[in-house]
Amino acid sequence: MAVAALPDRMQLHPFLVERVTMDVSDTFTLVLRPQYGTDAFPFKPGQFNMLYLFGVGEVPISISGDPQQPERLVHTIRALGTVTAAMQKLKKGSVVGVRGPFGTAWPVDEAAGADVVIIAGGVGLAPLRPAIHAILAKRGQYGRFVILYGARTPKDILFRRELQRWGGRMDTFVDVTVDRAPGDWRGNVGVVTSLIGHGGFEPEHTIAFVCGPEVMIRYAVQALSDRGVRDDRIYLSMERNMKCAVGFCGHCQWGGNFVCRDGPVFRFDGIADVFQVREL
Amino acid sequence: MRLVEVVTRVLQENSIFKELTPGQRELVAGCASLMVFQEGAFIYREGQPAQHFYLIRHGRVALEVHVPGRAPIIVDSLRDGDPLGWSWLIPPYRTHFDARALGLTRVMGFDAECLRQKMEENPAFGYALHKRMAPVIASRLAAARRQLIDIYGRPDQQGVAWR
Repeated sequence: MAVAALPDRMQLHPFLVERVTMDVSDTFTLVLRPQYGTDAFPFKPGQFNMLYLFGVGEVPISISGDPQQPERLVHTIRALGTVTAAMQKLKKGSVVGVRGPFGTAWPVDEAAGADVVIIAGGVGLAPLRPAIHAILAKRGQYGRFVILYGARTPKDILFRRELQRWGGRMDTFVDVTVDRAPGDWRGNVGVVTSLIGHGGFEPEHTIAFVCGPEVMIRYAVQALSDRGVRDDRIYLSMERNMKCAVGFCGHCQWGGNFVCRDGPVFRFDGIADVFQVREL
Repeated sequence: MRLVEVVTRVLQENSIFKELTPGQRELVAGCASLMVFQEGAFIYREGQPAQHFYLIRHGRVALEVHVPGRAPIIVDSLRDGDPLGWSWLIPPYRTHFDARALGLTRVMGFDAECLRQKMEENPAFGYALHKRMAPVIASRLAAARRQLIDIYGRPDQQGVAWR
């Protein structure tokens, strides 16, 4: 699962904003291309970049694009703080500094032969999208493929058209739920864990990837475990206050791990003990 | 095939009822009938006597809260294999929400009075059924509480980028 280091991971590369798309009310997607040259930007599903907005600051953002199309760098961002709110105002042609890619990846290749269950909540679908693209590109190598997604309301559903497209495939099961909905909503209402029982996967042959708010991850891991998915077959993406992204500054220390270097994707059995520590 | 046999077969495959003894499943089946609801039909309304307990065979059901002057709010949804309604088990046996079919919905309905009477007469059966229904009620309550905490809302913490 470890990903080889790039030569100079502290060096900033200028990228041009090619497109800005509003996904939902506070979440947007930036499509970037290198300002100089046409080099591709290879990455593994689950990795993140440090995006720098000159004069404002730098933030860690997961890559949400298709790993088979590395010539464009895609990031889906929720505008929460000063930097991300400023990024939301970027226009085509603006320059963004990029360092990366960093961190561990979803074990997409290792999951070959297994049923794969993706559980995502809110904007947590973004770091999982590259894994979904990678699995669909080699769909024949996997067993049942299940994507379960939870959002706050129908208006907050991220990548709605893609979810519909994936769900329209005969070989992929997609189920979406929201926490609350108006009366004209025809889909599911309830927590994302309520979808797990309808997935039709075989727990003993399943590998699960989970990403979303930490509370959601906790309940999802519990529900998977209750159904018989082993801890060493559950992977999750953690989020902490990452600054340097190379395990140097210690801001994202989590027990004995640095989330930027040892994560953000962790196998659950390796972090189960620290996962339960409330003070961390 | 007789209705009781059909119902017994369905109960045998349902996660809630499969662990009952065959005799207990037959007691449940004796209170059953098959029902169909068209899209938009109310299966029951809030505050009504809980006369039935349902197992959804096919379709989707929304549990709604009606707020005067506003569109109804869906608080939960149920589908194939899910049990619908637990108010029949707990006094004063009145429903708490509106249940509306979101599409053509086929259910197995169980007469609540019939079931309660059998449970009174046969405490072992009553206990077994309570034991199967209690986890359903508990998990619905836990899920409702999780929905209340608004986990996808904006976190106070700044600098956490993608959540």
